[in-house]
Amino acid sequence: MSTVITVENIGKKYTISHQNREECSSLREAITSSVVSLSKKLVNPFRIILPSVSNRLLPETEDFWALKDVSFEVKQGERVGIIGRNGAGKSTLLKILSRITEPTTGSIRIKGRVASLLEVGTGFHPELTGRENIFLNGAILGMHREEIRRKFDEIVDFAEIEKFLDTPVKRYSSGMYVRLAFAVAAHLEPEILIVDEVLAVGDAQFQKKCLGKMEDVSANDGRTVLFVSHSMESVFKLCNKAILLQNGTRAFYGATESAVTNYLQQDHGGLSKKKWGAEQPGNNLVRLRELYCHDSNYNIRDVFEVSESIGISMEYEVLESGHVLIPAFKIIDGFDTNIFDVHDVTPSRKRNIKEKGIYISTVWIPNNLMAEGIINISAAIVTHKPFHVHVFEKNVLSLHINESISADSARGDFSGHFPGIIRPLLSWDLKKITPESGD
Amino acid sequence: MKQKANMAREETAQQELLIEPNRPVLHYWRDVWRYRELFWFLVWRDILVRYKQTVIGVAWSVIRPLVTMIVFTVIFGVLAKLPSDGVPYPLLVFAAMLPWNFCANALSESSGSLIGNSNLLTKVYFPRIIIPVSSIIVSLIDFAISLLIIAGVMLWYGYLPDWRIITLPLFLLLAFIPVAGAGLWFAALNVKYRDFRYIVPFLLQLGLYVSPVGFASSIVPEKWRLLYSLNPMVAVIDGFRWALLNGSVKLYWPGMAISTALSVVLLSTGLWFFRKAERILADVI
Repeated sequence: MSTVITVENIGKKYTISHQNREECSSLREAITSSVVSLSKKLVNPFRIILPSVSNRLLPETEDFWALKDVSFEVKQGERVGIIGRNGAGKSTLLKILSRITEPTTGSIRIKGRVASLLEVGTGFHPELTGRENIFLNGAILGMHREEIRRKFDEIVDFAEIEKFLDTPVKRYSSGMYVRLAFAVAAHLEPEILIVDEVLAVGDAQFQKKCLGKMEDVSANDGRTVLFVSHSMESVFKLCNKAILLQNGTRAFYGATESAVTNYLQQDHGGLSKKKWGAEQPGNNLVRLRELYCHDSNYNIRDVFEVSESIGISMEYEVLESGHVLIPAFKIIDGFDTNIFDVHDVTPSRKRNIKEKGIYISTVWIPNNLMAEGIINISAAIVTHKPFHVHVFEKNVLSLHINESISADSARGDFSGHFPGIIRPLLSWDLKKITPESGD
Repeated sequence: MKQKANMAREETAQQELLIEPNRPVLHYWRDVWRYRELFWFLVWRDILVRYKQTVIGVAWSVIRPLVTMIVFTVIFGVLAKLPSDGVPYPLLVFAAMLPWNFCANALSESSGSLIGNSNLLTKVYFPRIIIPVSSIIVSLIDFAISLLIIAGVMLWYGYLPDWRIITLPLFLLLAFIPVAGAGLWFAALNVKYRDFRYIVPFLLQLGLYVSPVGFASSIVPEKWRLLYSLNPMVAVIDGFRWALLNGSVKLYWPGMAISTALSVVLLSTGLWFFRKAERILADVI
């Protein structure tokens, strides 16, 4: 596979002025500063936003590198995710790649036709009809008129808006608007597609359709996709490689799983214990007091081995006697997949009422069940009959599960990517059929 | 057709795109050519939107110049009794209003065009110059309508143009050059200094009286003619009157030369400034 994108030492510098932006951009200020500096600014507009040249006027400026020395290569047909926290430089990188803004340093070589989708429905005009907007938006995204005409029916079909083709889009529901916009974009035929977060809108079903379409595009036609998203799930589903950006530099580039795991670890500091003070969540029957994770020796921890069992405890206060109250936990992994829910349905307790008082309930996740990665824990107290949720606190605790090769886990001696949302160590049977043992 | 599209695609496929600070000028103009279709789409959009949003649509383009013509004729021709070089006063006014209205519309539209399309500028790449230029082209629609009106008015007065009318496109070009130049300057400046939102209408208001729209430029004393020609609109308006009104207005060649030279300077500096400002447009808008 040939390399289609080569990014070398890309950097982008912004100069931040600590003064009020509004003031800076008024002509009055420029004029009063001095006619000389104004003429200088007119001669070199670059200095308009880099007021460092007129230091006497705006002493409090500061250089800020939104991106610094970022290099990577993308091969044809690869689907590369770009992830990182807010402000890590993802959008700046996309803007440079799609030529909206120029880099300050470095260079990028791109082979092939590029289409960038930094927004859904760029250039849609509310007064124009769906039909007119398809043409306009298509042209803005870089399609030729002939090409749009050829794919027109397909676009309308994909967007499911046949009936409203001649209605101004300002009368569209937001769902229709997004569907139409994405339909146009999905029918682009670039060799390289650059996509930013646009899937964050629209209903779940349509999102799936879009992801599917993008996957088709990449897999069938050898098309390259660069995809920025905050949804690890989408990145995970769509991309086979990922770049992790951190404070404008490349923190990781490689397999999606590793990049995502890296990101989640940098994002979530583990949290092994939560104690509520005055604002205890709950109602007038029961209040949650404390939540914590611990090993079998009751040491509170936020990092566990796959081969260890994990205890999760909740302390709660029952304020009124005479109700059946069942503690429950929800376990979610770093990709927002609900691994399981667990309720305390121990036969001796599940139909018994609880008296007033303070209780601690502990559940044990057996060893060799959770896969490596992040797990987030939510806590609830419910009544089953009639069903009622007294308290539900989402993603309170966060744990890291590690898997070292030395431990006796399901991984064995394999050190590569081991898929699956759980990692059970199951028993196997083995029979030798041939040749029969000669006795 | 399909084959042609495929060929076009192959051509771009082999193309290697280089992104680095301060890209060469040549690439820029090649891109302008490549994005010509988008240019026409933007023109088409502006025209559609313009006539969809207004209630009486095209009628505005007729009413406005007609009313202005009547007011100017009454004020300058009837009340102030200014000379009209033997031409019906309404025709004298209208022949000047053709280029003036075009220039005024084009300038005000193009200077606000980048701000008005900021959502495009921050989301998609294309040579930015096609935005102000396409808004100038849109103003040509009103110009064409006005041309029809003046044809009607001339028929009404039984005043038929002679061979000179074929030079009209030349003078239209002469009007286009300074407007494009000033439009580029203002469009780029507007992005950074929003004050130009107020400066441009003010300049246009002033220009209407400073330029020989309501009167013949021949009333300006001979010794001031050269100085007066520093206003590029003087040459344009004189040219229109000369072409439309059978040469009843004499062309003042020194002034013509100065105006043309100034216009060319305005356009080339406008291009240069716009190109410089364009680099950081998306960061400041």
